[in-house]
Formats: sequence, C-alpha cells, structure tokens
Amino acid sequence: MAVTILIPTALRAFTDRKAEVEVEGRTAGEAVAAFAGAYPDIRHHLYDDAGSLRSFINIYVGEKNVKDASGLETPVRDGETVMIVPAIAGGKALVRDSGACPDDTGRRP
Amino acid sequence: MSIISDRRLVALDNSEIPRYSRHLLLPEVGPEGQQRLKAAKVLIVGAGGLGAPLALYLAAAGVGTIGVVDHDLVEASNLQRQVIHSTRDIDRPKTESAKDRIRGLNPLVNVVTYNVALTAGNAMDILHDYDVVADGTDNYQTRYLVNDACVLLDIPNVYGSIFQFEGQATVFHAADGPCYRCLYPAPPPPGLVPSCAEGGVVGVLPGIVGTIQACEVIKLIVGVGEGQGLTGRLLLFDAWRMKFREVKLEKDPACPVCGENPVINELIDYEQFCGLTQPDEGMDGITPLELKARLDKEDPLQLVDVREQHERNVFAFEGAKPVPFGQVVRRMDELDPHTEAVFICKVGRRSALAIRALREAGYAGRMLNLLGGTNAWARDVDNSLPQY
Ligand SMILES: [Zn+2]
Repeated sequence: MAVTILIPTALRAFTDRKAEVEVEGRTAGEAVAAFAGAYPDIRHHLYDDAGSLRSFINIYVGEKNVKDASGLETPVRDGETVMIVPAIAGGKALVRDSGACPDDTGRRP
Repeated sequence: MSIISDRRLVALDNSEIPRYSRHLLLPEVGPEGQQRLKAAKVLIVGAGGLGAPLALYLAAAGVGTIGVVDHDLVEASNLQRQVIHSTRDIDRPKTESAKDRIRGLNPLVNVVTYNVALTAGNAMDILHDYDVVADGTDNYQTRYLVNDACVLLDIPNVYGSIFQFEGQATVFHAADGPCYRCLYPAPPPPGLVPSCAEGGVVGVLPGIVGTIQACEVIKLIVGVGEGQGLTGRLLLFDAWRMKFREVKLEKDPACPVCGENPVINELIDYEQFCGLTQPDEGMDGITPLELKARLDKEDPLQLVDVREQHERNVFAFEGAKPVPFGQVVRRMDELDPHTEAVFICKVGRRSALAIRALREAGYAGRMLNLLGGTNAWARDVDNSLPQY
C-alpha cells in the first residue's frame, strides 16, 4: 500500500525539509518504520531505546489517533495519509534557565 | 453551555452599550453573553507571541478581569511578533507593558498582573481565582504545570502552541474531555527535537494561533452548543502552506491526572519531570579557547559544522565540514573515526544532539562538543564574526 506520511516542521530537519513522503506499509507502524528507514537520523526522535514510539509523538491515520485504534497495528488503506504530530511548546519562555532550548528566540540570555 | 453561571451576571451600564454593540447585535452573544464576558475572569499565562493577541482581543471583547503572568522584560527581538508591546516598552516588564496597552484599549477591564514565573509553588494560588486559563507559554514544564493545575482546579485550559510556522490549538477541559497529558503523556527529553531545534518563528503565526485561543475563550464564556468548541479536537495549522487540519482528541482512561485512577493529585516537580535536572552524561566539551589553542598547535582534528545552510550563509566556520544535524547519521561514513571530531552549532545544543545521535548509531570515534557554539567562538576567539 502506498501511503503518504505528513511530516511536521519539527522533523523536517531530517527530511531535507520535505513536508510529505510516500512510503509502503500495511499498518501505521509499517509506514512509520519505512519512513524512519528512509531517513535514519529521524529514528532516534521517533522511537525510544526499547523501540517504542516516544510519548511526545502521536500518529494519526486520517483523523484518528492510532492510540485510540489498534496502535501501530492500525491498518492503513492505499492512498491514506499518516500524520506525525509531535508536542510543540513554542509561544513564550516563562521559566528562566530551563535549559530547554537556548536557541529559542523568545528566551532571555 | 457557558462556564459563567447566571447568578454572576452583571448588568451593563449605558456607557458600555456602544462599545459592545457589534456583540449585542449577534444573537449568539447578545446582552446576556456580554454580561457573561463582563463577569468572567481569564488568566493569560505568558505575555508573549500568543499572549499578545489573547490579551488584546479579550480586552476588546469586554472580559471583565484579565490576569497576566509573565516575569520577563520586553526585548527588541520580541517586537517582531509580540504586538502588545511597543518599541518604547523595551526593558520594561511585559506585565506592565501589557497592562498599559489593555487599559488604553478598554479601561473597563480590571487587569491583574503577576510579574513572576509560574511555579508549582504559586500556580494553585494564582489560578484558582479564574474561570478560564489561556496557555501561551513556550516550554514543556510550564505546559504540564498549567495542565495539571487546571485539571486539579477544574478550570478549562485553552491551549495554543507554535513552532516555526506550525501551530496547534485545542481546549483541554478534563470535566468534558481530554487534558494535555491524555494527548502527550510525557514531553520530549531535552536535546530531542522538537524540544531543541533551531529557533525562529514567523511573526504572524502566534497572532493567528493566539487569536484562535481568544475565540475559544470567548465561546467558553458566552456558551456554545455541543461540538462547536475545540474540546476534543486538535486544530493543526501550517502557516507556510496555509493549511488547517483537524484530528480527534480522546480522553485517556489511564491518564495519570484526569483518568479513572489518577496518580497525580497535587502539583509535582516539573523541571524533574521534563528531565531538566539531569546532567548530560558523559559528553565531552571543548571551550572556544581550548579549540583555538589546539588548532594553533595543528592538532589533528576534524571540525563538523552541523548548522543549516542559511546559517552558514551568515558566516562559514573556517575549516569545518558542513553536515546539517539532521543528516549526521545518514552521512556518518564521511567522518573519520580515527581523528577526533569537534561538533559545532550556534549555541552548542544541536551539536550535542548530533553527538548523541552518532553515538547511538554506533560511531566509534572520539567526539567533542564546542561549548557555547559559534556564538561563544565569536565572543571569545574571533570578534570579527557576528553572534546571531
Ligand atoms: Zn488527561
């Protein structure tokens, strides 16, 4: 099955800024694994050391979070989209010296 | 249904009628909705990119009491998007600047300022007085803090967040639907994107996302029908491709704070929860001065610049091989494991990320992180280079 992976901005540093790619897979898990296989730098950001999907990453098949379906076993149909939605936290720095992201523009030195 | 009960409605006096006439003309708002707005107390956490449109539109709409929490001063780099602050406000507390602007826009609003960082120690005291909280912060620990405090106090949390040119918005209200932890049980560990990628945000993005939050705040107060608010729906917005998408959000019965058997019954240590108190294990750093000394001695070193092309256009790091941090694993073969490698980025975060990724991918060579990145190099070694 050819499915389209929708890549969030936060992960486009690993995909040569591409916003979507086509991969093969019968389930959400297979599609995401194929995607991570094509861009190995992304693997560490999607999966933890045990190989589970990280808890700040959600995967949607269409409008549905796979957590609310069959997880990574959730089937995908030909032509369907698989969207990766990470937690993002931008807006405004409120805790000084958080160490979270010194590159952030909103943060004081 | 409105979150403001009928018994709290306050009559509008005649001087208020012209100001709010465009609301009064809408059957969905009308005099009753306007009275609810007048009675309502909304807390805005963060007077930055998201907080700016939130505060301005809520003030204009006639929200009776607006609280603003922020502990920062206005900086020049804020003005590209934080439209509540002006050039003359640089170096003033953001809360003061926001208060002046709200008062100028609508003197009928009671503005309460908190010029402090929101912490587990003060959050319950500050939040408990409010009907709605609008979260406009930019870090995970405050997001989880605001979420947990709102769940514990049963206050709806109107959520918005942004990254570069992408935004998310929803309403978390544990009484009616999911909370932030149902969606994301844990934040990214420090050093993993998106907790730490290059900064930058297109200035209008928080304007759009914060305005969506303001709209949802107003709807919670005025009251809308089932399915009309953003509860249970996550709105995703890509400003560059100008695309809105929407996905379903469901409550997690196992959620540690709003689930069936909650284990979080009070606020916790959010710095620790977000992994910010753990030292970075075993990564070797090198200061700009140490690197300069070794280069002068002509020590064999391979310099790897992991910044993006547009940053190298600001200036190239002399003698460094460019490998953007998102490609280091894919291009591992281009490095020589028998020569010590020094990784360079703007401030020393992405380079640390690159080292960690390479180590995990099995790279065997010795790796050093240039501490403080090119900014520190420009400060300590080569003043002719810009810090950006
Ligand atoms: Zn929850």
